[in-house]
Amino acid sequence: MIRAEERLAAAIARLIRDPATPTPRHIAVGAASPVPAAACWLAALSGPQLRLSFLHRREGNPFTEGTRELFDLAGQGRIDLFFLGGGEIDGAANINLIGTGDWPGRAARFPGSFGSAFLYIMVPRTILFREEHSPRSLVARVAHISAPGVSAPGVFRRGTASALVTGRCLFRFDAGRARFTLASVHPGETAATVAAATGFAYDTPGEVALTPEPTQGELELLRGKVRARMVDTYPAFCARVWPQGESEGRAA
Amino acid sequence: MAQPTAGAHDGRPESGQHMALISLDELVASVPDGALIALPPDNSLVPCAFVHALIRAGRRRLRLLGVPVSGYATDLLIGAGCVAGVETSAVTLGEAGAAPRFTQAVTAATVAVRDSTCPAIHTMLQAAEKGVPFLPLRGLIGSDLLAHRPDWRVMDNPFATDGDPIVLLPALSPDFGVFHAEMADADGNVWVGRRRELATIAHASRRTLVTVERIVAASLLDDERLAPGTISGAYVDAVAVAARGAWPTGLLDAYPPDDAHLAEYARLARSDAGFRAYCERYVLPLRAEVAVA
Repeated sequence: MIRAEERLAAAIARLIRDPATPTPRHIAVGAASPVPAAACWLAALSGPQLRLSFLHRREGNPFTEGTRELFDLAGQGRIDLFFLGGGEIDGAANINLIGTGDWPGRAARFPGSFGSAFLYIMVPRTILFREEHSPRSLVARVAHISAPGVSAPGVFRRGTASALVTGRCLFRFDAGRARFTLASVHPGETAATVAAATGFAYDTPGEVALTPEPTQGELELLRGKVRARMVDTYPAFCARVWPQGESEGRAA
Repeated sequence: MAQPTAGAHDGRPESGQHMALISLDELVASVPDGALIALPPDNSLVPCAFVHALIRAGRRRLRLLGVPVSGYATDLLIGAGCVAGVETSAVTLGEAGAAPRFTQAVTAATVAVRDSTCPAIHTMLQAAEKGVPFLPLRGLIGSDLLAHRPDWRVMDNPFATDGDPIVLLPALSPDFGVFHAEMADADGNVWVGRRRELATIAHASRRTLVTVERIVAASLLDDERLAPGTISGAYVDAVAVAARGAWPTGLLDAYPPDDAHLAEYARLARSDAGFRAYCERYVLPLRAEVAVA
């Protein structure tokens, strides 16, 4: 059986290697991002060389100048791709990690903006990831903007979101129009079920593709070598997604 | 014209002078109510034994700075009623989930939250570290954070010919930087390994207090392999021994985080009664390993 997390990781790995975008050489992965982390390992283990820097790796943390080093790297343009999520994401790719209700989140409080207000603007390509795909998480307009989807003319910006991956589908983002287009739906979903679960307006092509399932090779990598590399940083995630993975992980 | 004010580091011992090796309770006694305390995130040498002792001592109206994010220690201090305000980029318990006491305090408006973003906190401390009044930082423009930070300013890059707005962030010197390290020597040099953000905290803070697993006899600065991961005693005001002082968070490769305990905390702290039970079980009793240290 293919787990939802495996499907999402494989979909994100394909985006990382998307031939329509410049090949990333250095990807950073933030805190609490096990699915993007799995996708990065999958891309790194199945394609050309790729440097991965994990902010919260417990052992072998790549940053020897403190946690500011990631932001200094991104400031210089030395990080090619980053992942962001949001308690709320809207149709213009604005993300809200603050909360809802009056500032700073009197109705519902999210954890906070982390480095998003900087990284979203300074990294050439961001993949947005939000597993919960509902009118509550994908909204017409975010209550508060932690980091803007697009910037005003004349404001320095190196890149924007290229895509949004959710538990139901994959959207592409057109920064020029500040608008998403439905690119593919995951197995079990249709254009109609996605529309019913989405709070923002977006474009739908006449024919909607199905998100490809992970290949057998990708599944073997995820359950073996990828799991082995993630278990130190994300023990709870690995135990949940790959409860039988212990022996494969050790063998890898 | 701005006049020079009293330096941030007045009263700091001269380099080479021996720092004070004191008890954990004395360390806590040196922190007054209302102090601004910089704390590292859960994966970077959190002084949990110190934080437990602050709660036992009944400190009030503390202001906490997460460098650059906050976790267990901040959530615990908020729940214990020690905190008036928090400046941070996020509060999270990592895989254990959201920080329940922080979340509750924000929705109930019992703690003032000043939202920031990771590189802004680093940059404000770096300005203090350099002794300059501000530093610029890219990004941020278009974020609602900016509208809620009257202390942050936007100006045009003076070196550009076509506008180019950029954010200026003021220097920030916490009253105290506090963290837990594996070892210190008799000169107050403290080894933090690759967790160099603690050096920035120590450089920028008016006073730096450190708890350690142990005091070593040889100077950490005499060892070429340890020296790059060492913060000079010039920045360290006092050291106290607190064995397993980072628990339940981890300490580099010395001991891992106690994930089961953090999950138990996250579960209990969802309710007021559960949080009280947690404190009665784990915080209010003096920890045996600290008592004998």
